[in-house]
Amino acid sequence: MNLTDSALLNSYSVYALYSAMAVYALAFIAFAVDLARRSSAVDAIEATDLLEADAASPARAGGTLTLKRPVLSRISARMDNDAALPYGRSSSLRIGVSLTVLAWVLHLAATVMRGFAADRVPWANMYEFAMTGTLLIMTVFLLVLLRSDLRFLGTFVTGLVLVLLGIAALQFYVEVAPLPPALQSAWLVIHVFVASLGTGLFALGFALSTVQLLQARRENHVADGAEAPRGAIASALRLRFLATLPSSATLENLSYRINIIGFILWTFTLMAGSIWAEQAWGRYWGWDTKEVWTFIIWVIYAGYIHARATRGWRGSRSAWLAIIGFSAVMFNFGIVNVFFNGLHSYSGLAL
Amino acid sequence: MQPKLSLIGWLRWFWRQLTSMRTALFLLLMLAIAAIPGSLVPQRSSDPNGVTQYFADNPDLAPTLDKLQAFDVYTSAWFSAIYLLLFISLIGCVIPRTKHHFLALRAKPPATPARLARLSGFTERDAPARTDATAAITTASALLKSSGYRVARFNAAGESSVSAERGYLRETGNLTFHIALLGVLVTVGFGGGYGFSGQRVLVEGQTFVNTLLAYDSFNPGRFFDDTTLDPYTLSLDDFSVSYEQRNLQAYGQPIDFTADVSVTPKNAKPNPAEVKVNGPLRTNGTSIYLLGNGYAPTIQVTAPDGTVVFSDSVPFLPQDANLTSLGIVKVPDGLTEQLGMIGFFYPTQDKAESGANFSSYPDLEYPLLTLNVYTGDLGLDDGVPTSVYALVTDDLTQQTGGKTGVASIELKPGESAELPDGLGTVSFVDNDPAASAAGDFKQSVPRFASFDIHHDPTQIWLISFSVLVLFGLFTGLMVPRRRVWVKATTASDGTVHLEYAALARGDDPALETAVTALADRHEKLLNNAQPTATPRKDLGLQRESD
Ligand code: HEM
Repeated sequence: MNLTDSALLNSYSVYALYSAMAVYALAFIAFAVDLARRSSAVDAIEATDLLEADAASPARAGGTLTLKRPVLSRISARMDNDAALPYGRSSSLRIGVSLTVLAWVLHLAATVMRGFAADRVPWANMYEFAMTGTLLIMTVFLLVLLRSDLRFLGTFVTGLVLVLLGIAALQFYVEVAPLPPALQSAWLVIHVFVASLGTGLFALGFALSTVQLLQARRENHVADGAEAPRGAIASALRLRFLATLPSSATLENLSYRINIIGFILWTFTLMAGSIWAEQAWGRYWGWDTKEVWTFIIWVIYAGYIHARATRGWRGSRSAWLAIIGFSAVMFNFGIVNVFFNGLHSYSGLAL
Repeated sequence: MQPKLSLIGWLRWFWRQLTSMRTALFLLLMLAIAAIPGSLVPQRSSDPNGVTQYFADNPDLAPTLDKLQAFDVYTSAWFSAIYLLLFISLIGCVIPRTKHHFLALRAKPPATPARLARLSGFTERDAPARTDATAAITTASALLKSSGYRVARFNAAGESSVSAERGYLRETGNLTFHIALLGVLVTVGFGGGYGFSGQRVLVEGQTFVNTLLAYDSFNPGRFFDDTTLDPYTLSLDDFSVSYEQRNLQAYGQPIDFTADVSVTPKNAKPNPAEVKVNGPLRTNGTSIYLLGNGYAPTIQVTAPDGTVVFSDSVPFLPQDANLTSLGIVKVPDGLTEQLGMIGFFYPTQDKAESGANFSSYPDLEYPLLTLNVYTGDLGLDDGVPTSVYALVTDDLTQQTGGKTGVASIELKPGESAELPDGLGTVSFVDNDPAASAAGDFKQSVPRFASFDIHHDPTQIWLISFSVLVLFGLFTGLMVPRRRVWVKATTASDGTVHLEYAALARGDDPALETAVTALADRHEKLLNNAQPTATPRKDLGLQRESD
């Protein structure tokens, strides 16, 4: 491709990316509105429930508010529909998903055009890696939606992708440049792609574990008979919508299933990376900062898997490990790449 | 009163603690935390210059950190202690589990629980009329067997059942994973000891013989025997670099390095081959990596009487992306004084406003060599080894450049200049004078390549264990292990009631769907079996009675 075509294509890619970000922002708003509506629906139901409960019997089964209202669930059959108050018919939720799909198409177009403009895979510097990585996070999210109704994570996923893309576009942007010889390898394609895919899964697992923790807190409150969550944050944000989400046990299982696939991919990433390191630098492992962090992340998730099989560590404690694990992934990507010295200085940024 | 533990008792207690899941988890988390400091502080193994710099920048803190082995985290006592304990724990955990698993592989699935209703995926069906309970269980048993279950039949009064189990591969995978992990550690721990790594710089046209003395530096492993070096030769025939020229955003960025070499095994013909940045050359049991490159200007020093006292292509070390390069020439003999020169080479020379030279492009567009000349004692005769890349100027007198007031010698390819004090002349030899005369300097200065040459016979083990780790991980996490039961009870009126249930062992998202699917397939089989199981006469009778 000649240079003017390449520059033109890259500028289209940039436009597409900004458009995708705008549409993700709209999707984010729609998902947030959905959460707000869930909260007020829960308020309404609980209000009528209280009236009925007062009229009938003072005993309300702790935590298991059975649904009497026609707010029927469409949560897929594959997932245990064990929300305290199943809720699934919000138009804002459907708008959120549609907008997300539209934004994803624009995002995909932006990434593909960047790849063609550069005449190689679009993940050779931080800007491109962020673009492709977030695309994969979103792809994993949309694919998982086909199997399980995790639409309630829309706010989180669109929010995360938006923040990452914003940073990438404003802080990491670099013009199209040819690959330096150190990156000219089939392992760039495999190693980095699988790492991004693993990151996408860990992101979802992180979100589920976070909701799991909030949900577990709500369940404890309900079990204790407390009227409303008393935590400052919870009452400030009125996280009443949690009642419409799956139970913490279901969230924990979902998070685990997603995280173990992420872990297998991460293990592969680690091995592929050391094969590549052997080819490029003549040693397969040298405790370079990037290698150190990849290893730390791997060990944290191994700990997470063990925690699930250790008495006293199931539930909230293992959820914290998944959260720490993903924080390390973000740290590895955002901080280690840019600020730490090492052989993996592929940010493409001159600091 | 607490019973006193004997020594054996204590040991046993300690061993049980060490091999518990809780300890394994604790040690794993410790390992993650202990690995962090090594990314915050430069490490001797990967960044020795960084360590020196750190000592210079933090003179108070650095020695304390050094005592804590913070610059050698991954070989430190505390890091090693954590991973060794972890692996002892792992061994202690894996041995009993392997034994247990071997027994389980031979054992029959356990008896059918009395009440299935409490188990996952509990499903009830009524068998088609005239089904025999035992026959129905035989069908179920065959069905389960064909889906990879191991089965055992149980019969009690009025009920027949099959107990089935599948997914032994899950535990096999898990054990494979953990054992292969041990294999990786042992290989990494000892593997390096059986090989060597060496470095060698070659200028275009030079040849190297794979023998101990020919290496610039050589690091044998503990168990490596030098006499096993295979004396093949490696010649650098040509080193080519291409630079980005069209894309102004990346102008001058190297896009390809290729070392064209010839490898000549002992008593054989030379084979042409290539070494690239991501493409090591595997030959004669060694791997040859291209790790660096630069220019090696050919410099000649001639005494006043015309004898050539120095003539060599000297590798100059690149200092920046545009290959401003620094090199050292030492001429100990043949002149009236010992001579040392610090040279700067600019492949495309440009002048800053301050008057300082710099290189504005990495290729040979307008090459210039500048030399600062020193005379005096080079310090070569003290018997102390000195680096060829450094000039110790303590006992030398600077004659040109710097504060001497005498301009540095500046040479273009093919040019010569008088040395100070009438010592003789120095020339910058042009490798391709004809082209240079026409303004093309591309071939005027030879390039050098620095190669790392490694030998590690254990890499094949490492890759095999890694494959096992991945395989074990995948099967250990993804293969569902479950028990399934089918029970047929015959009621007093002769109808047969079927119950299905399952129990997950480990995470098993598809358990309930699997039970329903089993019940559906079983029902279908029983229905299909009807016509043959039922005499034709009956059918006829039925039709008549309809
Ligand atoms: C070197 C340290 C270790 C690492 C990196 C590690 C990693 C893992 C991983 C990734 C898994 C899930 C994979 C699978 O099930 O195949 C796992 C499972 C398991 N590990 Fe380890 N492990 C280590 C040490 C240990 C030790 C010391 C023990 C024994 C105390 C142990 C006992 C187990 C058990 C019982 C499981 C099965 C858990 C389950 O079924 O969910 N591991 N380990």
